[in-house]
Amino acid sequence: MILIAIISLGGIGVVGAVLLYAASKKFEVYEDPRIAQVQDVLPAANCGGCGYPGCSGFAAACVKAESLDSLFCPVGGADVMNNVASILGKEASTSDPMVAVVRCNGTCEARPRTNQYDGAKNCAIAASLYGGETGCSYGCFGYGDCVSACTFDAIHINPETLLPEVIDDKCTACGACVKACPKNIIELRKKGPKSRRIFVSCINKDKGGIAKKACDNACIGCSKCQKECPFEAITIENNLAYIDYQKCRLCRKCVPVCPTNAIHELNFPPRKEAVETKETQEETK
Amino acid sequence: MLRTFRIGGIHPPENKLSAGKKITPLAIPEQVIIPLSQHIGAPAQAVVKKGDVVKVGTLIGKSGGFVSANIHSSVSGKVNKIDNAIDASGYKRSAIYIDVEGDEWEESIDRSNQLAKTCALSAKEIIDKITEAGIVGMGGATFPTQVKLMPPPGNKAEVLIINAAECEPYLTSDHSLMMEKGEETLCGISILMKAIEVDKAVIGIEKNKPDAISHFENLAKEYKGIEVMPLKSRYPQGGEKQLIDAVIRRQVKSGSLPISVGAVVQNVGTAYAVYEAVQKNKPLIERVVTVTGKNVSNASNLLVRIGTPISKLIDAAGGLPVNTGKIIGGGPMMGKALISTEVPVTKGSSGILLLSEAEAVRKPMYNCIRCAKCVNVCPMGLNPTLLMDATEFSNWELAEKNNIVDCIECGSCSYTCPANRVLLDYIRLGKGKVMGIIRARKS
Repeated sequence: MILIAIISLGGIGVVGAVLLYAASKKFEVYEDPRIAQVQDVLPAANCGGCGYPGCSGFAAACVKAESLDSLFCPVGGADVMNNVASILGKEASTSDPMVAVVRCNGTCEARPRTNQYDGAKNCAIAASLYGGETGCSYGCFGYGDCVSACTFDAIHINPETLLPEVIDDKCTACGACVKACPKNIIELRKKGPKSRRIFVSCINKDKGGIAKKACDNACIGCSKCQKECPFEAITIENNLAYIDYQKCRLCRKCVPVCPTNAIHELNFPPRKEAVETKETQEETK
Repeated sequence: MLRTFRIGGIHPPENKLSAGKKITPLAIPEQVIIPLSQHIGAPAQAVVKKGDVVKVGTLIGKSGGFVSANIHSSVSGKVNKIDNAIDASGYKRSAIYIDVEGDEWEESIDRSNQLAKTCALSAKEIIDKITEAGIVGMGGATFPTQVKLMPPPGNKAEVLIINAAECEPYLTSDHSLMMEKGEETLCGISILMKAIEVDKAVIGIEKNKPDAISHFENLAKEYKGIEVMPLKSRYPQGGEKQLIDAVIRRQVKSGSLPISVGAVVQNVGTAYAVYEAVQKNKPLIERVVTVTGKNVSNASNLLVRIGTPISKLIDAAGGLPVNTGKIIGGGPMMGKALISTEVPVTKGSSGILLLSEAEAVRKPMYNCIRCAKCVNVCPMGLNPTLLMDATEFSNWELAEKNNIVDCIECGSCSYTCPANRVLLDYIRLGKGKVMGIIRARKS
């Protein structure tokens, strides 16, 4: 009895194996083996920061592309792109490391509440209804659409200020939070040497008086920083200053002149004397 | 058996507190703020500048495209500035501030109260006059009227449906207008019939307004082709597709316009505005606004110049009750909470509703208990709970497949949900996203 069972089942198994083998040969889809190789060196975060659906999509695009100029993995950065380039024998694309920056500093003390919202705690829904709980219709809602969009746990709402804060080391500049923010507050900026960077932490385009009334920390477009900047990196448009991170040399001269402290500097050593600042300026040059 | 639409619907407490109150003209304020975007479509372009002297009825904003509308000064005086002002959208938008001096009207406007019944103009001339006067749908959607009167080629209107349902609780602005300006309104309806070249018009009125039904039935005897149809009270009967279903028993396909079933729907307030524009040369510069609420001492129907801050209206209705929790622009179902009392009245403001703190509170939200009440009440036959989930998890394909773009944002689902889920908030967000995706795919 057992023998019959073994023979019959074994027979079915053999026939099945032959059929499957034949089918796999007949319907084989050729895939460039380099796609798998490239995929192996990618971070496997599947964040979509490169603009492709996940890492395998990006790997396929890299293999297919003539040159890697327009392809860049923001998570892996230059190292990963060099690896990819060496596998494919192409020239690696270069890009400065970037980081997400929250351009709102309307803390609870600075930005008095003018009304109360009791709808769904979701920034996109709130933005479709009105300008926010304060007089500033440009500022952050603080409901955390950016937090839920981040796959790297790199952005959190500070419970005291109710504003999101980016953890530099974790941020991969994939841009998910930038897309999630309905107010376009978050911007990807150059990370800068030792993560040092200077930016205008406000996007309020109202006239100075109105902006100041709504928020003590708002940029009022007074153009003091523009006059101070030796590198013409600051432009004022619609009552709002913007620092071009390509032109900015991190001299920090604009920071103290801002009457509302809207210009923020991050990860700089504390200021001591004017001489010191000059040295750092030269250092960064 | 009275008719109503066949799918879904609810019947919230009517609370028509200001019913039967006479329309009282509100005093002209010292300054009006006239937003340049009071309609769906492109904002109007300002044609005046600071310091210009304007009269009542002077064109101050020119239509900014095909789907857009002219804007006229509602007062006489001097243009103070053109600046951003918070409007009912909750955002700052461009608006014209006018300091009031006297009350001088443009000479072309006929201010007499005499009824001008005969209209010898051709369809084209009527539509031109309506375009000139900047008339938009007065029911709240503020769609430019002239666009609706010019059907796309290949479509022919068969019947004009007049929306006098006023299914929103609390609001009585259309009701009071029908009672006091019935003759003029019917005249406006016959002008609209001429403009779209139909010989039949049906006025749909809900049965909770028996006085308006009998008043209109009496008046309509003198007009050929105008019929009054009493309807069962049901929300959202004032929705375009719901009213067509109720009145002529035809259903508009998903993604189609009412003209595809031969119907053109206009609000009763729009018909009155059309009468004034065509027969009296008067542009849309004032409208009836209901100011109401359970704690409002003097709920009333006010005739208000466009651009008047709503604080003036609230004062006229007896002042802001102490325990006010929310000020709603519009009715309780589709209206929107306003963030300031300085928001101006616009062409689409049908009411100001003051809710007490207890009424305004949103109860905590629980998990969906799969009771399907929202599915039963949806007048568009959608599955609101599925659409909310699809939006929450950004599954736009699922949302599109389940016709999220058909949502008319009536809020019946959120109203009926026993778990207090914020269904409409999410569906509205998903609808916007999916519409954007569809637009991107087409271009």
